[in-house]
Amino acid sequence: MQTHTLNTPISEAKVLELKSGDKVLLNGTIYTARDAAHKRMLEALDQGLELPFEPQGAVIYYVGPTPAPPGRPIGSAGPTTSYRMDSYAPRLYGLGVKASMGKGKRSPEVKQSLKDNKAVYLGATGGAGALLSQCIVSAEVVAYEDLGPEAVRALVVKDFPALVINDVYGGELYKI
Amino acid sequence: MHTASHLPADVLQALHKARESEESDSAREVLEQLLQNADLAGRESLPLCQDTGVAVFFVEMGEDCRLEGGSLGETLNAAMIEAYDQAYLRKSMAHPFTRKNTGSNAPAQIHYELVPGDRLKVSFMAKGGGSENMSRCTMLTPAQGWPGIKDFVLRRVAEAGPNPCPPTIVGLGIGGSFDQAPVLAKKALFRPLDQAHPEPEIAALEAELLEEINQLGVGPMGLGGRTTSLGVRINWSYCHIASLPLAVNLQCHSSRYSEVLF
Repeated sequence: MQTHTLNTPISEAKVLELKSGDKVLLNGTIYTARDAAHKRMLEALDQGLELPFEPQGAVIYYVGPTPAPPGRPIGSAGPTTSYRMDSYAPRLYGLGVKASMGKGKRSPEVKQSLKDNKAVYLGATGGAGALLSQCIVSAEVVAYEDLGPEAVRALVVKDFPALVINDVYGGELYKI
Repeated sequence: MHTASHLPADVLQALHKARESEESDSAREVLEQLLQNADLAGRESLPLCQDTGVAVFFVEMGEDCRLEGGSLGETLNAAMIEAYDQAYLRKSMAHPFTRKNTGSNAPAQIHYELVPGDRLKVSFMAKGGGSENMSRCTMLTPAQGWPGIKDFVLRRVAEAGPNPCPPTIVGLGIGGSFDQAPVLAKKALFRPLDQAHPEPEIAALEAELLEEINQLGVGPMGLGGRTTSLGVRINWSYCHIASLPLAVNLQCHSSRYSEVLF
């Protein structure tokens, strides 16, 4: 098991170095999206519109943070359960997204898509939202502000810790 | 709001105990993060988890208790809305068809029960969606009995794996009816982890099932280990001679609840 520093956008070469069980420290800009934002993003693609961020090399973080209290860039911001985004994820990997981050298991289709598109699935510690928020330097809504906690936000993160759950080689960290 | 940023003492104690008994590095590391998270959240009054939940209330109202000056349900809802707003908690309630967020975390889910006496007890829980999604109900047959109950619960916990944020607390509603069992299960989650079931034979069943759950090897956040659950809490009621209703309400490690007695 290795620890990697991952700077966004992530290159394919870097993704190929990652093995399930490795630790990563994310640095740079990552994008938040959960249920409602995914639905909108795929509807936008269906209409021939662009995503609210450049997908090439992007990291999507499945999170709906609590509102930022005064003096902080964001509130509590831990991962939500990822399987709810399974039906949307392969299309986004196909557009160049190199990692999604959440918690919990992914579908066989998502795992196949990770292999096909050379991407990874990362797991952050669920229920550690206060602790993880310390690694978020800034947060800015970039799309769908009306969705409130489900809006797409650009987060600048510094050494945000996660584990590689599924790698491009079919590796899987969850034993059950 | 204090409940969203402070883990109850029984949960903290159980997490400390789990960290001492875990042998796997990944399990210990996760538990360490959760304890650090609890410490930070408590110190800074930050929500423990970004999912500050559905606001669930259980109201036990004494039959000799009389309330004046307005509706209890409206008062609880208004207090919840104010608290979620002022404490910067997430508003997580949406319309089931349009998925539009109500923007206030309303409505709270309020269960009322009339009990003997003249007191009013209001219990509150901020119940997260991730563990709620992994909860299940079933109608077993009387022939399946306790082995059938255990089998269903063990399969549910294994299948849920990392999704409900283990180590979980497993609330079981056994008996009653199709609609009653899940309410029993949810209410069971309010019994502190250091408080045994008042009926020794039920307490023994809880201990037996907890041991079997913790042999599944799911572990903290599903990374393997012996702490898959911190406790099994059973609440039972009488049921039809044809039925054995069972509800499994999973609670994540961020078990946030509080009670006020008037």
